[in-house]
Amino acid sequence: MYDSPSLENEVTDKAIKIAADKVQVFYGDTHAIKDVDVQIQDKTVTAFIGPSGCGKSTFLRCLNRMNDTIDICRVQGQILLDGEDIYDKRVDPVQLRAKVGMVFQKPNPFPKSIYDNIAYGPRIHGLAKSKADLDVIVEKSLRRGAIWDEVKDRLHAPGTGLSGGQQQRLCIARAVATEPEVLLMDEPCSALDPIATGQVEELIDELRDSYSVVIVTHSMQQAARVSQKTAFFHLGNLVEYGETSQIFTNPVDPRTESYITGRIG
Amino acid sequence: MPATWIFLIVLALSATGYLLGRRRALVSAGGDSRHLHSLPAYYGSNAALLVSVPALLALVLWLFAQPMVIQNRVEHLVPETSYANEGELSLVMSDVRRIAEGLDLAVEQGAMTEAEATDIRVETTNIRDRLGAVGVALGSDVEAPILVAAKAWREMNATGNMIRTGVVLLIALAGFGLGMVRADKDFRARNSVEKVILALLILAASLAILTTVGIIASLLFNTIEFFKLYPALDFFFGLTWAPSFGGGSELGILPLLWGTLYISVIALAVAVPIGLFAAVYLSEYASSTVRSFAKPMIEVLAGIPTIVYGLFALLTVGPMLFQAFGPDGAGWMGGGRAVMTAGLVMGIMLIPFVSSLSDDIINAVPQAMRDGSLGLGATKSETVKQVVLPAALPGIVGAILLAASRAIGETMIVVLGAGAAARLSMNPFEAMTTVTAKIVSQLTGDADFASPEALVAFALGMTLFVITLCLNVFALWIVRKYREQYE
Repeated sequence: MYDSPSLENEVTDKAIKIAADKVQVFYGDTHAIKDVDVQIQDKTVTAFIGPSGCGKSTFLRCLNRMNDTIDICRVQGQILLDGEDIYDKRVDPVQLRAKVGMVFQKPNPFPKSIYDNIAYGPRIHGLAKSKADLDVIVEKSLRRGAIWDEVKDRLHAPGTGLSGGQQQRLCIARAVATEPEVLLMDEPCSALDPIATGQVEELIDELRDSYSVVIVTHSMQQAARVSQKTAFFHLGNLVEYGETSQIFTNPVDPRTESYITGRIG
Repeated sequence: MPATWIFLIVLALSATGYLLGRRRALVSAGGDSRHLHSLPAYYGSNAALLVSVPALLALVLWLFAQPMVIQNRVEHLVPETSYANEGELSLVMSDVRRIAEGLDLAVEQGAMTEAEATDIRVETTNIRDRLGAVGVALGSDVEAPILVAAKAWREMNATGNMIRTGVVLLIALAGFGLGMVRADKDFRARNSVEKVILALLILAASLAILTTVGIIASLLFNTIEFFKLYPALDFFFGLTWAPSFGGGSELGILPLLWGTLYISVIALAVAVPIGLFAAVYLSEYASSTVRSFAKPMIEVLAGIPTIVYGLFALLTVGPMLFQAFGPDGAGWMGGGRAVMTAGLVMGIMLIPFVSSLSDDIINAVPQAMRDGSLGLGATKSETVKQVVLPAALPGIVGAILLAASRAIGETMIVVLGAGAAARLSMNPFEAMTTVTAKIVSQLTGDADFASPEALVAFALGMTLFVITLCLNVFALWIVRKYREQYE
């Protein structure tokens, strides 16, 4: 089912980063994602919205093959990252995940120091030649995560001692440190208070300059605030995909309109 | 009336109390349970508990107290000439008790009439033969004062039993009456039943604690006795263990402690890596099918009695090692029994300990940690090494320390696998022995219980207890200190 008429009419001025074609996901016997086609642009924030259980998080986790860690999960169809099929046998999911970073719903800093949390990815991938290199990467990432000023004096304190909002920005900085091309965010603000949410949203907007950001969110205001493109999922189908302004002001599909106005969900 | 009968009567009365209490309460509410304060069953339980708990408590206390009281009073009847010290007095008293019980038995079996048993005299009857005929064997002929004491014992016991029956049944009946009075619709039966249950729970908990205190006290008492006979300095710092029951023994703990530590270290060197790797495999890599079948298989190891491990050491591992490292092989080993044999087998015994505890701890590391690491492009093994294991480390250290205190306390494997020679040596292929094995050998035998050679067992036990207690406290402290690392 291809449910996004707006896509064909749209003039794309940015390169396509990820192209999904007829993606199906099964959890055991449950058909969780049905025939999803979507094209995600580079240097854009794309929001996935939809009611709980509609498959938006599942689809997000397909984009960096995090679903591989779940035994009963099967993925069919094609997902191209820069024209390469990420489900090809020759692709190492480990390398893919270095290119497609992920930030999770609940802040999950490792029980290590703030410095080691950030340095974790660069160390694994050998991005730093020396200790000085690593220091530079850590500082740059923490600045990108908009948390440098708050933690620069206690880089060797445990990351778990930070507040919830700081932890989440630390996790974003950690994801940025490995120099990914795409950043996936699975409801990154659902465990945060409004002030921390504001800080993270601001950060997402800045990240758009360098990355393609895909964010799953339950808050439609958040989707409207941070994204340029929005995809609406319902019962495993991609119902509508288009410019955020168009989805929120003039949705094509009646289901999208019902959801946005609060009648279903 | 025998105690069993009293017990059964109290139970029957309690059951009746339940039924009647329930019915009375219902009647007081006019047959409608909604007018009762509590559910009808609570009124029944209240009556049943009022009957049984005080009566049974009284019965148990009486059973413990009566022999003590009688013993105290009969002791005066035994002439001072027939014993030299406390130990002999207790032997005489056990004879008295035996004769008294023998007389009871004879009357019960009809070999003697009641009058005969009361009037029996040493001068006219051979008591040893008469009691032997009903199956009570006595070590020597009975002297007159002993028989007098036995008769007094018998009499007091009979009176005591009679009073006991009366008191316990009276308490039960009083409880029954109170239960009936309280079976009224306004009485808060639920609250009072729950109070009784709370008291029973507290009693159970304090019994467990009191038992520990009792064990320590009995160890401590005998340890102090030992140190009165043998200098503590020689015990703790002596390099030789050479008990001789003729006296003049050297009882240094160091060779035994060395054996204990050496065997434990080897056991942990076997158990920790294998157990940890098994735990990592089971919790991180194994599919749920493999896990559901492999985990119980490993845990079966934990259910094998240690004596079976000891046989395994004696019959399989020892000879195998002897073949490889004995005179025909490397030439390091003098016999099948060695530190290495016991250490290896003990290590195998500890594997399920380490693996099962570590597996639980690794599983408790939140999935979010793994996702975070995998999401950054780490491989599974990097995730395990750098995120999961560091996060689980405090728990794993706790598991290892618990395994260590198990190893230190192990006896059977050492007795069968490591030999009985107490020596200080670096060679792991030599026979050595441990503290626990020596406790067994010091207490099994004909040693005089008041000699330092026997009492040293308590000092050894106390030392071991203190060591394992410290290890356990340390393990708990580590686990608690680092428990809330994530979240």
